[in-house]
Amino acid sequence: MPQTIASPGFEIRRDGERAVIALAGEWTLDHGRRLERLAEQLPVSLGEVRRAVLDIGGIQRLDTLGARVIDQLSHELGSEGVSVEISHARREHATLLEAVRTRTAVVARPPRSRLIEILADIGRTVVFAGQDLVRGISFIGEVVIAIGRALIRPQRFRWAALINQLEQIAFRGAPIIILITFLVGCIVAQQGIFQLRRFGATAFVVDLVGIITLRELALLLCAIMVAGRSGSAFTAEIGSMKMREEIDALRVMGLNPVDVLVVPRILALIIAMPILTFLASMAGLFGAGLTAWFYGGIAPETFVARLQSVINYRHFSVGLIKAPFMAIVIGAIACIEGMNVKGSAESLGQQVTASVVKAIFMVIVVDGLFAMFFASIRF
Amino acid sequence: MPDATQPLAVPDTAALPKPIIQVRDLVVGFGDKIILDGLSLDVMAGEILGFVGGSGTGKSVLTRTILGLIEKRAGHISVFGQDLDEMPDAERRKLEKRWGVMFQHGALFSSLTVAQNIQVPMREYLDLSPAMMNDLAALKIQMVGLKSDAGEKHPSELSGGMIKRAALARALALDPEIVFLDEPTSGLDPIGAAEFDVLIRTLQQTLGLTVFMVTHDLDSLASACDRIAALADRKVVAVGSLSEMVASPHPWVKSYFRGERALARLKG
Repeated sequence: MPQTIASPGFEIRRDGERAVIALAGEWTLDHGRRLERLAEQLPVSLGEVRRAVLDIGGIQRLDTLGARVIDQLSHELGSEGVSVEISHARREHATLLEAVRTRTAVVARPPRSRLIEILADIGRTVVFAGQDLVRGISFIGEVVIAIGRALIRPQRFRWAALINQLEQIAFRGAPIIILITFLVGCIVAQQGIFQLRRFGATAFVVDLVGIITLRELALLLCAIMVAGRSGSAFTAEIGSMKMREEIDALRVMGLNPVDVLVVPRILALIIAMPILTFLASMAGLFGAGLTAWFYGGIAPETFVARLQSVINYRHFSVGLIKAPFMAIVIGAIACIEGMNVKGSAESLGQQVTASVVKAIFMVIVVDGLFAMFFASIRF
Repeated sequence: MPDATQPLAVPDTAALPKPIIQVRDLVVGFGDKIILDGLSLDVMAGEILGFVGGSGTGKSVLTRTILGLIEKRAGHISVFGQDLDEMPDAERRKLEKRWGVMFQHGALFSSLTVAQNIQVPMREYLDLSPAMMNDLAALKIQMVGLKSDAGEKHPSELSGGMIKRAALARALALDPEIVFLDEPTSGLDPIGAAEFDVLIRTLQQTLGLTVFMVTHDLDSLASACDRIAALADRKVVAVGSLSEMVASPHPWVKSYFRGERALARLKG
């Protein structure tokens, strides 16, 4: 079946003002560039003629590319005032040429200038940021209403979904969060001891680690991990449901997607975040205690006694008070981004990235606001 | 090129030139379940073969096995006279240029526009200038009956019928010799489906294609297909023209082609 492959070519025979151009070989996609080059050469080597006959009888194989090139050639010659005719076309080649001829190529839109593109991009981003804010607030409102509905009719609430989410977020998330805060507790204690030792104030490392872990570190690490683990999962789950019209299916069945998908997830986060923050705090303090013992030479009894005297209930509760708010921030952003997924796989990826990045950013912003708030009420 | 892999006589007597796809004694299964058992089928060069069968009987499995997406347990498949098992990878890649596949749900790449989708195989396999590639993509888009502005759209912006057409355009990107169509008219309204049948016919004649078409659609079978093969009891139980199918004694084929819906349609 594979015959000898003949590369495409042409031969010109002149006869006064008339030229016969005999095309031969395979005019197919396999000879792409060669065909394009032939099409450029041909009018040049043809020179001045009044009539040209394209004899395509010698073409062994012809596909859409070949036909297109021949069609463009005859157009080009025609626009230079040469009358072109095609001869000796085999029946199947003639149909193909006919099919290609009736269709003219679309003209590509001229590209816009770089500057305008950049300006348009900036404008679009600003508008989107504004829309994000409005949508976020209205979404939280919707969630509050949905939670209210669930409180009024608890029998309609999706307990199974809530428990399932709690398992995913809290139970499966706990080990890695505990490990990370344990390690960070160790590192902060080591650094504290190393720096404070120069002032002979090693004992103050307990104050340092205790306050920073309980007030900030445990919560922030927790929130960042949860945004990365669970926020991304929410966005991907809701987003792929959106892509496959499953959200629309819920709607037409009279089910509110916020009730079904969002509320169980956000409630699970609100319950899980304080638990995880507590576990993280304990792990951090444990790590700090171990480091203080082995690296700083502070005995565990001393560490615990000092911890008891410097840490009061306020420091402990600051972290836990912030936890549910972080849960709402992470959950709301993840669910909104999930709902924003468009039809393509690329858009799913973009929204998951946006979900994690925005959630972590907002967690830090909200944490900063809380710090100012607690400082001003001297809590 | 006669060789040891094709000792069997062709089961049907249609006087078509040569088989372009030959399937012999194919066995395919998943786990304990045997889907296809001893299936043999010939697809002749230049024909449109309609492949029918009940839901879940393995029509798509056969297509996917021929395409190499599913492993077979036994049997031989040869395409263009070459056995797929004995083919080195380089040959196999060359072969894949010579067939195009239109999946049931289009399987267009969702993050690319229609024109970019069509250019994916072109970029991979061909040496062409970008301008010529755009031109060819636009040509294919128009050949399958889409408006020229469809090229800039993403698959999520297309209707079901447009997705089918775009998928067909992508299948035709490399001017293949064989085109596999998996339920090309499913999900289309009768007018759209009829247009699609005509389109497949026209393209087949213009481009000299061989078409292997899995379908449920009696209208497609009647209007577009040269021959029909029916799958039941894990093998091909009948092959032939529509009138031969109607005359077939096999119970499933009988109920399919002589059921009320079928008779009403075939009469009209």
